[in-house]
Amino acid sequence: MQLTSPESLIFWTTIIFIVFFFLLAKFAWKPILGAVKSREESINNALASAEAARREMQNLTADNERILQEARMERDALLKEAREMKDKMIADSKQEAQLQGERMIEQAKAAIAAEKNAAMAELKAQVSSLSLDIAEKLLKDELSNKEAQTKLVEKMLGDVKLN
Amino acid sequence: MVISNKPLQFLFAAIVACIPFVGFANPAVDSTHVTTEAVAEHHGEAAHEEKEFNATELINSHIGDAHEFHIADWGGHPISFYLPVILWTNNGLEIFSSEKFHHDNEGHHVVDVNGQELVRYKEVIFYKDKFETLTEEERKNGAFAFDARPLDFSITKNVFSMLMSTIILFLLFLAVARSYKKNPKAPKGIAGFLEPLVTFVRDEIARPNIGEKKYGKYMPYLLTIFFFIWINNLIGLIPFFPFSSNLTGNIYFTFVMAFITFLVTTFSGNKDYWGHIFNTPGVPFWLAPIMVPVEIIGMLTKPFALMIRLFANITAGHIIILSLVSLIFIFDTVAVSPISGAFVLFMSVLEMLVAALQAYVFTLLSALFIGQAVAEHDHH
Repeated sequence: MQLTSPESLIFWTTIIFIVFFFLLAKFAWKPILGAVKSREESINNALASAEAARREMQNLTADNERILQEARMERDALLKEAREMKDKMIADSKQEAQLQGERMIEQAKAAIAAEKNAAMAELKAQVSSLSLDIAEKLLKDELSNKEAQTKLVEKMLGDVKLN
Repeated sequence: MVISNKPLQFLFAAIVACIPFVGFANPAVDSTHVTTEAVAEHHGEAAHEEKEFNATELINSHIGDAHEFHIADWGGHPISFYLPVILWTNNGLEIFSSEKFHHDNEGHHVVDVNGQELVRYKEVIFYKDKFETLTEEERKNGAFAFDARPLDFSITKNVFSMLMSTIILFLLFLAVARSYKKNPKAPKGIAGFLEPLVTFVRDEIARPNIGEKKYGKYMPYLLTIFFFIWINNLIGLIPFFPFSSNLTGNIYFTFVMAFITFLVTTFSGNKDYWGHIFNTPGVPFWLAPIMVPVEIIGMLTKPFALMIRLFANITAGHIIILSLVSLIFIFDTVAVSPISGAFVLFMSVLEMLVAALQAYVFTLLSALFIGQAVAEHDHH
């Protein structure tokens, strides 16, 4: 390499580099490095908040799950209770119905017995009056016929014994 | 090892790596070429075709600095973009266009500036009278013959491309900064492309090497050198005007960059850093006369390595590519061009990787040195 005058390039390189350095430092590196740094910070912040949001979301999901579980259990309990209540009601009403029926049968029986007694009493009274009528007629009839009278008395006595 | 899995690529790379040696094989022959070329300099296209091709000359002129931007040759006449020449002469400041030298680089064409006669020899401007007293060897090392030449503060090809790169970068990052004001959400467009690089420098270079507490202070410096070196590496790979300069492959440039890192490191040094240099813990005090110079040399070798690494890597890449192109002219047949072209394509792609890699390495090591200077040791 043919060496040329050293002072030219040394002088100009020094001047140009120093001026260039200060110009770039002021107008380029400062804003660029600042922007890069602030953006990195904002990206980091955004990532951190996204992470926080994700965790929050997870918590919410877990909460939802828990609430749902509770609700399901409550529903089951309610259903069970209702079923029990239904069974109990059915059982109760059956018992009630049975008691009522029994009581009605009892009353009916009592009424039938009373009716029967009354009917019997009436029948007796009817029979006795009929008997008296018959006897009266017979007597009137038989008193005119001695033989028949006797026979009738005997027959009646026989009937009384039978009764 | 990765290479052993790819014998073809390895062979390829090995051949490519050997090519520059062919180019420099015979310096004795080269010097005879120089004289023939000097004679043939002003004879136009026909003379150019007749004279023997000199790869070393071509490569040197391409990787070196220049006062004008050579764009192309048309009908034997070079078309150039003329840059201003700024000289601090015995009579004070002189500014004129490099067109005045009429492309002469052999000390033949005399330029009269306010009564002072100047000549240019291999891109170094001399006073004519003093130039004539110099020997051939002194002329070749003319860059350091300060008594025979005015101080040269010209806007050279490299200065021009450096200015261009700073303007490109400044506009680019200004646009990025502005886009953040408008759009505080995810980056879009140019910001989306450059922001990963910015965060890469921050998260992979600054943070691990300097430490969480102090890295912020050095971020502007690290970002600036990373993008500055990278874009200039890339500009050097584009083979046409207004690019094609070899700024990051220029040792003066890498010297300044490394020196700035050295200054930043030195002025960032805390108590522990200086303590390690002047009173290395665990070393008996009577060893100090040895240890202190060694530590001070250590301070200097780190930026020195930075300077050499960038310079050598970029220059080597340029030399390889130029050598491959030169092969066509050395063999003097167009039949070589497909092979040469394929190699150049391969090397160019590789150099694009190297461009990013060297910017990364320079930034990484700068961060590492700063990190060492600001580290708080728990004494062991």
